[in-house]
Amino acid sequence: MRLEPRLQTPAWLWLAAPTVALAFTLIVTSLLVAWAGAPVGRSYALLLQGGFGSRFAWTETLTRATPLILTGLAVALAFRARLYNIGAEGQLYAGALAAVAVGGLHGGVGAAAPTWLLFPLMLVAACAAGALLLLAPAWLKVRLGVDEVVTTLLLNFIVLLLVSAMLDGPMKDPSALGWPQSVAIADALQLDKLVPRSRVHTGLLAALALAVALAGLLRHTTLGFEIRAVGANARAAAFAGMPVRAVLWKVALLSGALAGLAGAVEVAGRAGYVTLDMSPGYGYSGIVVAMLAALHPIGVVAAAVFVAGMLVGADSMSRAVGVPTYIADVIVAVALVAVLVATFGLRWRVRFR
Amino acid sequence: MARVGAQATNSPTHAPPLLRLTGITKRFGELVANDGISLDLRAGEVLALLGENGAGKSTLVSILFGHQMADAGHIEVDGRALPPGEPRAALAAGIGMVHQHFTLADNLSVLDNVMLGTEPLWRLRSRRDQARAQLLQIAQRFGLRVEPEARVGELSVGERQRVEILKALTRGARVLILDEPTAVLTPQESTSLFATLQQLVAGGMAIVFISHKLDEVLAVADRVLVLRAGRLVAQMRAASADKASLAEAMVGRAVAPVVREHDTQQAAAAGHASGGSRRVVCALQGATVRNAQRVLLDRVNLDVHAGEVVAIAGVAGNGQQALADLLSGVLALDSGSLAVAGRTLAARPRAWIDAGVARIPEDRQGVGAIGDLAIWENALLERYASRRFARWGILRRDRAHEHAQRIIERFDVRGAGSSGLEARAGALSGGNLQKLILGCALTSPRYRDVGPTLIVAHQPTWGLDVGAVADVHRRLLEACQAGAALLLISEDLDEILSLADRIAVMARGRLTDACPRDQWTLATLGLAMGDASHAATATSPHRTLHDAP
Repeated sequence: MRLEPRLQTPAWLWLAAPTVALAFTLIVTSLLVAWAGAPVGRSYALLLQGGFGSRFAWTETLTRATPLILTGLAVALAFRARLYNIGAEGQLYAGALAAVAVGGLHGGVGAAAPTWLLFPLMLVAACAAGALLLLAPAWLKVRLGVDEVVTTLLLNFIVLLLVSAMLDGPMKDPSALGWPQSVAIADALQLDKLVPRSRVHTGLLAALALAVALAGLLRHTTLGFEIRAVGANARAAAFAGMPVRAVLWKVALLSGALAGLAGAVEVAGRAGYVTLDMSPGYGYSGIVVAMLAALHPIGVVAAAVFVAGMLVGADSMSRAVGVPTYIADVIVAVALVAVLVATFGLRWRVRFR
Repeated sequence: MARVGAQATNSPTHAPPLLRLTGITKRFGELVANDGISLDLRAGEVLALLGENGAGKSTLVSILFGHQMADAGHIEVDGRALPPGEPRAALAAGIGMVHQHFTLADNLSVLDNVMLGTEPLWRLRSRRDQARAQLLQIAQRFGLRVEPEARVGELSVGERQRVEILKALTRGARVLILDEPTAVLTPQESTSLFATLQQLVAGGMAIVFISHKLDEVLAVADRVLVLRAGRLVAQMRAASADKASLAEAMVGRAVAPVVREHDTQQAAAAGHASGGSRRVVCALQGATVRNAQRVLLDRVNLDVHAGEVVAIAGVAGNGQQALADLLSGVLALDSGSLAVAGRTLAARPRAWIDAGVARIPEDRQGVGAIGDLAIWENALLERYASRRFARWGILRRDRAHEHAQRIIERFDVRGAGSSGLEARAGALSGGNLQKLILGCALTSPRYRDVGPTLIVAHQPTWGLDVGAVADVHRRLLEACQAGAALLLISEDLDEILSLADRIAVMARGRLTDACPRDQWTLATLGLAMGDASHAATATSPHRTLHDAP
């Protein structure tokens, strides 16, 4: 078996590749569902219904998609410049902590500043915290060539331990009956609900706006041009006089800020305080979302809704037919692998014999 | 000239063919790399396989050697079919290959390299004495001088090639394939290689000699096969062939090589002789560059004047890359001085671009262009920050497109297909990509008709076909005519001799004086290139470039 580069990709393949990827995902996961002893057709119907089949399903899916869009954008931007930021999870928690530090009701009262000042301050603090977390990995990469995959990944665990220490220490909510949770932010700082009697909040609009803004940045600005050039071939970009290091710095700070913002939005839009399980791996799922979206900001929105829908739908499916909720992770993982192989097939031809 | 199909009539002897290829066809997607190629090779003859880059020579050889499998056709050695796709079978049948880039381990001795891979993995004691005796016996039989215990890393390029040949011979090769064997050799080393080949042939071997250089093919081969676009378009006896007919068969049309007009050359030479009536555009004084292991550039002095072509000749790896990087703003001087148009420039590419230096890097795909970006974006790489193409950080696409369109038209870049400027630069052929790079470097959007002051071109026609070579040469000379100084760093002596006003030779990081072209002969060039090629290829950390005599 050999691989040959395609000189041109035929038009039908652009349609066929994702279709085949989807079909492959369905077949593999069907086998698992059948193995779990559930009726395959009904399980899928329940899954789709649970994720997208009702007003409630949609609001739940979009609520979950909001942080996924933001972490997905953070990852997609960084990966575009070949800066492999695996630390969105830690940056999200750092952002959440910073948001509570600025907007939290410490000792029963919050900071004595008006809301119009405190709210942007809270968001800026979250962005700064996320960005700060990438400073050390970016410096190590740019100056010493240390692999940022390792440094950003390991920082996640350090941040989680820091969060744990804060929740049991200075930021502990004394009225939480011993639960490790932080003090809450002031009510005035909480995000409004987008749909009444649901959990969707205005953070979704912010996430959508940022996706559009990022798409515009990459396509229309000089910085976006630099990012794409550095990501595609850093040596050639440097030869052409591009400030490669400065571009990497900017990308690192922007990426960290987006992930940090995800933490603040999650705090302000949902519980209002930080817990150790506030993110079911949004930072890591952001990597999946970004890869599914082929690193395109608008695609990130679609991929985030898909992943969120699967997670929400699998919850309700498992309640009805007893398939473990892990099926959602399997579906997303298989879909990711299938899509990556399919996009590979767009540029390469496999020859047997 | 005997065309294909008449091959039976010109077989040199009545011996059965040692090697016979029948109807070899190989496709890559829509590209037909080999189209029904048939050939016979007899013991005692040198067969040259001539063709431009991309004509299908390498594919044919890799099929023969079992690295690739043909879609159709078969191979016979001594009348027995060779199983396809099995390099082991090819080796066992006596087919040996000397690659252009040697496959030797620098840190091992000659004997170790020759033995490598010939002994069973589970044998506890290696039979070195036996292997040494065999090596020496074969070396003596074919008159190849060799020192079995010498470290390969300390040998010259020509000596390493000899080791490669011996490696094939000790494995029992009867057919030896040499892929562009002279590309890394000085003229003298090439001559000695040809003598070796004659000895091998006299000893009953058959040789396939792959090249795109007409002179060598005529010098060394008995028969010449010409490949073009995957097809065997001509075959002739070398004795009855001439350069013009070979070139025409290779390209498919008559080619007139670009040669400098005599008057400009004289004018430039005169300018030099009279103490530089022309402006000095680039001045290097005692320029020295080191890296951790060795001295890359050793006290280099060089002046390049406006409107003249100065060529740097030399065997690869003698410091040319460091010189090109230095003059592209990528590398900084350790000592000495460097001025462009009288000004000292910082070692940042931006500063050099702004000073009007057009830089053509050796590595087109890796450094000169970004294959995954569109053609128009590549045209913008050096210029996107200028106010003409960006306002408030927003790219002005319409102007960028216009700029790219002008380059494409002026420099005749083809092959973008229906997607036009949006096509990936990586989809362009080597020649068109080089024309694009050249166009971007030579076209300044800000001062429309002002060309560059200095052009630094490193191997600008490496790997291009004859037509594209002529195009690139013409563009470079036009820019010179318009007042630019051209520094041409090349390993191709033909190119240097046809373009340069003055030639300097680089060896071991040192540069000879740049003398007018007429004062050089092929012999003196070869001596200047070769006297140091031995030490230049030594990679041993104990020997810096300084130590050699």
